[in-house]
Amino acid sequence: MSAQEIFGSLFTFEDYGELVALLTNSLIAAGLLGVVGGLISVFVMARDIPFAVHGVSELSFAGAAFALLIGFDVVGGSIIGSIIAALIIGIGGAKASEKNAIIGVLMPFGLGLAILFLALYDGRAASKFGLLTGQIVAITPGQIMTLVVCSLIVLLVLAVIWRPLMFASLDPEVARAKGVPVSGLTIVFMLVLGLAVALSVQVVGVLLVLALLITPAAAATQLSASPVWVPVFSVIFAVTASVGGILIALGSPVVPISPFVTTISFLIYLVCRLVGQRRMKHLHRRRTARAADEHDKPVAFPA
Amino acid sequence: MATDSDASPAQTASADHPPVIRLRDAELRFGERVLWHDLDLDVAPGEFVAVLGPNGTGKTSLLKVLLGQHALSTGSAEINGRNVHSGNSAIGYIPQQRGIDQHTPMRGRDLVRMGIDGHCWGPGRFLKRRRQLVDELLESVGAREYADAPAGTLSGGELQRLRVAQALANDPSVLLCDEPLLSLDIHHQKVVANLLHEQRVKRNTSVVFVTHEINPILPYVDRVLYIVGGHFLVGTPAEVMTTQSLTRLYGSPVEVVRVGGRLIVVGGEAECVDHHVHEDDMSIERGAI
Repeated sequence: MSAQEIFGSLFTFEDYGELVALLTNSLIAAGLLGVVGGLISVFVMARDIPFAVHGVSELSFAGAAFALLIGFDVVGGSIIGSIIAALIIGIGGAKASEKNAIIGVLMPFGLGLAILFLALYDGRAASKFGLLTGQIVAITPGQIMTLVVCSLIVLLVLAVIWRPLMFASLDPEVARAKGVPVSGLTIVFMLVLGLAVALSVQVVGVLLVLALLITPAAAATQLSASPVWVPVFSVIFAVTASVGGILIALGSPVVPISPFVTTISFLIYLVCRLVGQRRMKHLHRRRTARAADEHDKPVAFPA
Repeated sequence: MATDSDASPAQTASADHPPVIRLRDAELRFGERVLWHDLDLDVAPGEFVAVLGPNGTGKTSLLKVLLGQHALSTGSAEINGRNVHSGNSAIGYIPQQRGIDQHTPMRGRDLVRMGIDGHCWGPGRFLKRRRQLVDELLESVGAREYADAPAGTLSGGELQRLRVAQALANDPSVLLCDEPLLSLDIHHQKVVANLLHEQRVKRNTSVVFVTHEINPILPYVDRVLYIVGGHFLVGTPAEVMTTQSLTRLYGSPVEVVRVGGRLIVVGGEAECVDHHVHEDDMSIERGAI
């Protein structure tokens, strides 16, 4: 196959306008998930817990696979799975190293369960594959409703706990001294994270949740350290990836959505990373200059 | 276990100036282990108290009691006449300096701002008044220049200056400092200690300063609380930091030598010196203690 033939088989862009009109609901859901993912990922970065996202997504997968097997709602199953995982991680490990061990233990167990459930399931193979790679196009109106409601819950909770959660994430010792309920907020955040993971699984699938819940803020923190701009950039990046991924995937009869979402997400990160490197170099030069300045001017101390 | 509090000076707190911190018969134990007991301590407004002693003697736990994070086993602890409780706005807290990842979404000024409204619920919004307050705090610690730099790209000394500003944000009655000079170089130890002193004089804020190393703060310290294995000693540095006092406190020969304005304790903390050589890059400075 020549390159052109491959491209031709990947993309046709047939009846593009009609497809977009058909999938307005999916696009709205994807946009909403972009907003949720963009905001959650800011805290995932601030708390340095990308591994937890991955761990939660594996159990979300197990929950969804189990739901598929017993004929229960798949979205509901993935929400239950990821919330159980998030709670175990949130309560289990106070220290980062402990947390990572728990996640590392939990992950293969969740994955194993999921494989078991899928092996027992004798329905459509596409349903199995959808769990891994996302299926927002195939989602039912009822599921979209669940998605919208859960997204709004996540956004509302985040808005209420935003400042103390940020304080507890960035500066836990002082936050605790100031009376911020650091441990309680950790559990609330893990619950919210669990919900966000379960929702994102619908768009990008279990394997690629990281593209919506980690990469956007990882890219944004390359550009800025501002508590306003990082979430704004992060949301823009996540929405661009989720909605953009669907729009491109619609032009293709064979390729699922997730590769496009992850590729856009990755490219955004790449560009930000290049810009960020220059920025860091500049910032470190400034620091060296300040240090040199300071040692030039002696400080007066009492005897 | 005997308590040596006879070296305690005349109380500096009086009826006109009620103490900011008031500990009475305070005892802290974890299970069987008593960290300290029968501790009576009044800290007057504007007073600078250093808390010294080897590792594991309950120096940090004392701060946690005052922060309302550990309950006393017996006795009472009050701040401004009220029982200690969590989230007390009369307290400013300065922790040890620790590294921050360079991509952490926080600028210098955000660290200070969190001292003002970090504990409030809701997303917060831009307030001109708060921004001015942050700028004033940054100015007062000489941190305006790097206020907008990411916190992860600041030096340890710069970060600790910001921490002083953060702790002063709600104009506390007392600053609780838990080894804030650890892992700073000598120059920055002096700068940050001097800054704390300036601010407590200007604002009449008391300072309780937990440390292994008294020398950077020696010029400013009014009184020392020296804890060793459940025993303690309270007094001015001149009273406590002597060969006789510390030998009695440790129950083993300890010598205090004065070299070039620095106090060097030989003997008592031998086991701690080793520990510190591994803990930070100040091995030469600390090895001399």
